[in-house]
Amino acid sequence: MIRMAKQGNMTGRKAAAIRVTAILLAFLASSLFIRILGHNPLAVYGSMLVGAFGSPMRIRDTLTVAIPLTLTSIGILVAFKMKFWNIGAEGQILMGAFAASMVAYNLGNLSRWVVLPLMFLAGFVGGGLWALLPAWLKMKWNTNETIITLMLNYIAIKWITFLQYGPWRDPASMGFPKMPNFASGAIVPKLFGIQAGFLVAILFVVLAHYFMHHSKGGYEVAVVGESVDTARYAGMNVKKIVLTALVISGGISGIVGMLEASGVNHTLNASISAGYGFTAIITTWLSGLKPLVVLPVSILFAAMTKGGGYIQTVYQIPQAAAQVLQSMILFFVIGSEFFVQYKLVFQRKKSPNPQEGGQ
Amino acid sequence: MEGFWNIFQAFSVVLVIGGTPLLFATLGELLTEKAGHLNLGVEGMMLIGAVAGFAAGHFTGSPLLAMGGAFLAGGLGAMIYGFLTVTLRANQVVSGLALTMFGTGISSYLGVNFIGQKMSAEISAFFSPVAIPLLSSIPYVGRVFFRQDPMVYLGYVTVALLGTYLYRTRIGLNLRAVGENPGAADASGINVDLYKYVHIFLGGALCGLGGAYLSVVAVPQWQDGITAGRGWIAIALVIFAGWNPFKAILGAYLFGGLSIIGFYFGNYFSAWNISQNLIDMLPYAVTILVLTASSVRKSKEKGAPKALGVAYYREER
Repeated sequence: MIRMAKQGNMTGRKAAAIRVTAILLAFLASSLFIRILGHNPLAVYGSMLVGAFGSPMRIRDTLTVAIPLTLTSIGILVAFKMKFWNIGAEGQILMGAFAASMVAYNLGNLSRWVVLPLMFLAGFVGGGLWALLPAWLKMKWNTNETIITLMLNYIAIKWITFLQYGPWRDPASMGFPKMPNFASGAIVPKLFGIQAGFLVAILFVVLAHYFMHHSKGGYEVAVVGESVDTARYAGMNVKKIVLTALVISGGISGIVGMLEASGVNHTLNASISAGYGFTAIITTWLSGLKPLVVLPVSILFAAMTKGGGYIQTVYQIPQAAAQVLQSMILFFVIGSEFFVQYKLVFQRKKSPNPQEGGQ
Repeated sequence: MEGFWNIFQAFSVVLVIGGTPLLFATLGELLTEKAGHLNLGVEGMMLIGAVAGFAAGHFTGSPLLAMGGAFLAGGLGAMIYGFLTVTLRANQVVSGLALTMFGTGISSYLGVNFIGQKMSAEISAFFSPVAIPLLSSIPYVGRVFFRQDPMVYLGYVTVALLGTYLYRTRIGLNLRAVGENPGAADASGINVDLYKYVHIFLGGALCGLGGAYLSVVAVPQWQDGITAGRGWIAIALVIFAGWNPFKAILGAYLFGGLSIIGFYFGNYFSAWNISQNLIDMLPYAVTILVLTASSVRKSKEKGAPKALGVAYYREER
């Protein structure tokens, strides 16, 4: 008979090995799927690599996708660490972009050194407030945050669409429903051919690492995530911690919105979030909620997204295949957690061990 | 005034059609949660069912196979979640989210070749409205509830069956015990894991039917992301209904109505200068309000299975 038993403290290296094995198994399972479709899995994966890293331009494109993924994951990480299931990053990105665009459209003609910091701040506030509402409801009445954050995504999309077709429609676009382009002062410049937002992403990875692992605030967030009762007993102000952390969580996503609107699209529209808010949920979880791991995982996922677009042109495999592959990886890694926490004990039938009674 | 009444009646008829996919999904999630499992993969299972139903209908031309395929596919999708959360005791929230992403990806992947394609005339004919003798001649009620397509009637039947099953049968009682206190259920000889698996499967299958209702009956052509967030509204509706199948039907039709209100009463809104895009926010905004209201009333504690979202470890009993 097979029985499961709690695993002793596993070394970080062994746990990491299990997770990497899970990712490899996910690729293996996906190979089967690709094989059934009549393609050679190795060739397809090879093309994905070419599509993601095959030329300096492709590398720049991949990194351009990795920037919002990294930042959004850091934002989500702060919330997930508290077991606050913020799946509203998509909406927080849009509301951050909305607030930043408000600055861009009204003050865009001022110096870049004035406009960009203001947009950055506005992005943070826009995204932060959009996350504050579900956090406040959760604290006040224990309202389910998963559904509220998700519903706020749809409301944000409709709001931006409303602006696009209504008050913010560009009068110069000859009836085509689009919002005006930003003035040059409101556009994040490029550095090495990539929008300079990558500096922000790297900065936040480092900041988040220090915050989560070497600061009082990070410790408090971790304790609230482990047990709200313990946190209360230790005299922590749980409500304040949760609200602050969620403003930071949503605020970081809001900065993503600012960077995407300003550095990539040079305008505002409802599709600038491009599903980053959802993909980042996977990357956050895969990183084991560790900020430093977020960066390589985000680059891997950006590569899969870009590579997925490339295999569409080469093999006519729909781009959604990348999303299927990403969710397969998530399934396998979620499943592998079991083997980090438990071990299977094989024992003969009918050998009850009295010393192993209930705990 | 007569003009308004006519519009209102037409609106009510479509409200039931708009509510039916929500009803199936809500009942499916309700059944899953009764087993103590919070499955946030509803949106994904609906999409899996929608694409499977459309494909089965498209290739076989059989309405029954279309719905059967959706039922099976939704259930199989749920089994991924079931394996992760029942056997591997994985985090239910993240497993459900992963299933939604998988369902979104796979439906968009498999649906690529169906984009813009319509269901065949034979299938649409099978699912065309049928008037129920006597009942359909009741003023208003007859036209709204008893001149609908067979799937709407299946919705009524499912509500009645589920209500009876949960509250009037021994297996239903056992199921509720599994969701309330799996340790006690286990001690009384109930096979906890089996109950969980079966009901996670059935729950996913119902979500699959909800998705297929959209792609095969209501729309009926393939669109990418055809469910448009209905799966999430269904999860909120379970809370709104206090885990009671009879209340779920009210919630489903209410939200079915909200999603089409702009289409039917657009003229009245534009008279007040309200944009269509703002009216489109209604179902989502009302979900937030309703969910908040139910959490204020603490109905959550009243109705939710006690062990909802908690993995059951026999060894840690």
